[in-house]
Amino acid sequence: MAALRHFLRSTQSQLYPQISLARRPLCTSPLVQQAEPGKSDGAFHVTMIPGDGVGPELMHSVREVFKAADVPVEFDEHHLSEVQNMASKEKLDEVLASMQANKVAIKGKIHTPMEYKGELASYEMRLRRKLDLFANVVHVNSLPGYKTRHNNLDLVIIREQTEGEYSSLEHESVSGVIECLKIITREKSNRIAKFAFDYATKKGRSKVTAVHKANIMKLGDGLFLQCCKEVAQLYPKIQFDTMIIDNCCMQLVQNPYQFDVLVMPNLYGNIIDNLAAGLVGGAGVVPGESYSAEYAVFETGARHPFAQAVGRNIANPTAMLLSATNMLRHLNLEYHSNLISDAVKKVIKQGKVRTRDMGGYSTTTDFIKAVIDGLHYRHSY
Amino acid sequence: MAGSAWRSLISRVAGALTAPEYGARQLSNHVQTVTLIPGDGIGPEISTAVMKIFETAKAPVQWEERNVTAIKGPGGKWMIPPEAKESMDKNKMGLKGPLKTPIAAGHPSMNLLLRKTFDLYANVRPCVSIEGYRTPYTDVDLVTIRENTEGEYSGIEHVIVDGVVQSIKLITEEASHRIAQFAFEYARNNQRSTVTAVHKANIMRMSDGLFLKKCREVAENFKDIKFNEMYLDTVCLNMVQDPTQFDVLVMPNLYGDILSDLCAGLIGGLGVTPSGNIGANGVAIFESVHGTAPDIAGKDLANPTALLLSAVMMLRHMGLHEHARKIENACFETIKSGKALTKDLGGNSKCSEFTNEICRRIQDSD
Repeated sequence: MAALRHFLRSTQSQLYPQISLARRPLCTSPLVQQAEPGKSDGAFHVTMIPGDGVGPELMHSVREVFKAADVPVEFDEHHLSEVQNMASKEKLDEVLASMQANKVAIKGKIHTPMEYKGELASYEMRLRRKLDLFANVVHVNSLPGYKTRHNNLDLVIIREQTEGEYSSLEHESVSGVIECLKIITREKSNRIAKFAFDYATKKGRSKVTAVHKANIMKLGDGLFLQCCKEVAQLYPKIQFDTMIIDNCCMQLVQNPYQFDVLVMPNLYGNIIDNLAAGLVGGAGVVPGESYSAEYAVFETGARHPFAQAVGRNIANPTAMLLSATNMLRHLNLEYHSNLISDAVKKVIKQGKVRTRDMGGYSTTTDFIKAVIDGLHYRHSY
Repeated sequence: MAGSAWRSLISRVAGALTAPEYGARQLSNHVQTVTLIPGDGIGPEISTAVMKIFETAKAPVQWEERNVTAIKGPGGKWMIPPEAKESMDKNKMGLKGPLKTPIAAGHPSMNLLLRKTFDLYANVRPCVSIEGYRTPYTDVDLVTIRENTEGEYSGIEHVIVDGVVQSIKLITEEASHRIAQFAFEYARNNQRSTVTAVHKANIMRMSDGLFLKKCREVAENFKDIKFNEMYLDTVCLNMVQDPTQFDVLVMPNLYGDILSDLCAGLIGGLGVTPSGNIGANGVAIFESVHGTAPDIAGKDLANPTALLLSAVMMLRHMGLHEHARKIENACFETIKSGKALTKDLGGNSKCSEFTNEICRRIQDSD
C-alpha cells in the first residue's frame, strides 16, 4: 500500500505541475483534493486545535476575520494541552478522528513542559507521528513596509519532523550517563528530499540546499546527505547544494539572500526555522505548515506558545492569519485567501496598527479590527 | 565600546582556575614559552604576522613551532606527532592556526584529535562587535561557552539495518557539571552578570534534562550571577532580533557549535572571531577557527585578525594584561581607521601592510 502510494505520488508529481497546481500552493497527494470534506453543505470543515499560550487568542482572531470575510469554513474545535490537564489518549483520539474526516487543520502550539515525568514523547510529537506529518514548510518572506535588519528575504525551509533527534529514545546506561538516540532512515530522508525537490519544481524555485552535519555524524547525516544527492539527480533543472549547519547559520545572518529552498533533518530545521523567522520580524509574523501524504496542518512558522503574553491582548495574529490564508488556498478558496492576506499585508504596510513585537502599541483587537476594516474596504468595490 | 570589548576578552579566569600553579609563573616577568602550530594554507602567513606584532609589543613570549599532522601510531591509532604533544605538555599553552582536514575516509579531524589528546573540554568564544567593520548588528557583546567532549560528537554511530542509522548523543553528569562550573567561574571572573543555559530539554528530556539540572545545581553556588534557561530555538530567534540581551551562554556540544558560528556571523564572521579551548591540567590552546583558505594561501592576502585576537585572549589567560591591551587596542584602532584593511574587511591591502599598520600603532603607543 505504502509503495503504491509512493508510486502514485511520484507519478502525480510529474503530471501535476502542468494541470492545476499552479494555483494551489502545495499538495503532496491527490487524496486531499478528492476527499475535500463537507462540500455537500457548502462549507469546508477544518479541525481547530488552539493549543496553549496565546493559541486560543490567535484562533479567536482567525474566527473573527473569517466571519467578517464570509469564509465558508466551519471549525471543529478540539483542545489538547499538557499544561492544562487536557491531554489524554482519548483527547488525542478525538483529534485524530476529526482529522481523518477533515484532512485539514489549523493549530496552535501545544506546549511541552520541560519536566520529565516518565513519558519521553510529548503530545505535540505524538500528534505529528500519528498523522505522519513528515514535512514542515516555513516560507520566510519579508513583509513589505516592515523594516528589519535584512529585507526582501524570500526563502523556504523544509524540515523532516518525524525522526532524527526527536525520536524520544533515551536511557540512562549507568548512573550519570545518558544516551540519546538520533535515528536517520533512508526511507524518510528520501521522502523529505523528494518533497523538497517537488516543492521547488511546483513553486518555480531554482535551488535546493541540503543542510547537515555529516562531517561529524558521518553515518547519520551522511545517509541524509546521500539521499538528497541521489534525489537531486532526478531533478536536473534544479540546482543542488549542500551546507554544514553551523556555516548555514552564520551565512543566514551575514548573507541570507543566497538561499532559496533549504531541506534538513529535524533539529536543524527547528533551529533554522526560528533563526530565519527572527530575520524577518519574529515568531509573530511567519506562517508555517506541516504535511503528510493525507493531511495538512496550518500553524505558525516558529512554534512558541508565548505563555507570557496570555490574556494581555498583545499577541501578534499576523502569522496565524497568513497561515489561515494559506489554508484557504489549500482548500481552493482562492478569493477569500487573497482577500484576507491582502488585508493583513495592507495593515502592516501602512504601519499604523502594529502589535508590540513589531514595535507598535496596538492590541490584538486593534489589529484584527484594522484587518476587518480592510476587508470591508475591498468589499465595497 | 572599547571598555566592553576589553572586558569580554579577558580570560585570565581560566588560568586562575584550571592551573593554580600559574599564579607563580605570571608574577615572575620572565619569558614564557608557547607552542605555536602555524597550520596549513594561510596559517603560516597569519602566524608570522602575529609573531611580528608580539615582537613589536615586546610581549614576553617565546615561540616553539611545531607542525601537526595526523600520524598512525602503534596499533593503528591516529595520534598527533610526539614532538608536538611533548611541547604542549611542557608549555601548557598553545596558539594554533587553521588545520586542513583531509576528507579521506578514516582520517580523523585534526582539531578533534587535539581536543581529545589534551581533554580540551571548554570552547570559549567572545563575540564583540568591532567598530569600523559594519554588519547589520551593532553592540554585540556576548560569550559562548561550549562543552567540547561529548554530546552529539561522541562519534558513536552504527547502521542497525540497511537504511537505518543510529547516532548516539552522550550526556554525562560529570562533563555537564564541569562545563557549568567553568561557565559560572568565567562569568564571575570577567564581571559578567548573567549565564544562560541553552538546551532542548522539552524534546530531549533526559539528556538535555541532565545538562540543565547540573547547570541549575551549579547556579545555586553562584548567587551573584543571574541564571537563565532558554530553549535553543528561542535563543536563535532572539539572537538575530536582539543579540544585546545575551551575556554568557553555556551549552552542550552541537548547540555550541551552531550558536558560536551564528554569533560570529553577527560580528562579521570567523575572520574576526577569537576562540580559546580550555582543557584539564591547565592546558589551553587558542586558535583561529576559520578555514585554511587555500585559494589565497601564500599570496599575502589573508586577514590575521582572528589569530591575533586569539593570541590576545591567550595573553590575558597568561596574566599578561598590559600587553594584551596594547595589542588589542592597536588592532581595533587599525580596523576602525579603515586604512590598510585586508580584502575581507572591506579594504584593499595586503596582510603584511595590515600587520605593519598594527605594529606602527603599537610603537606609537609606547
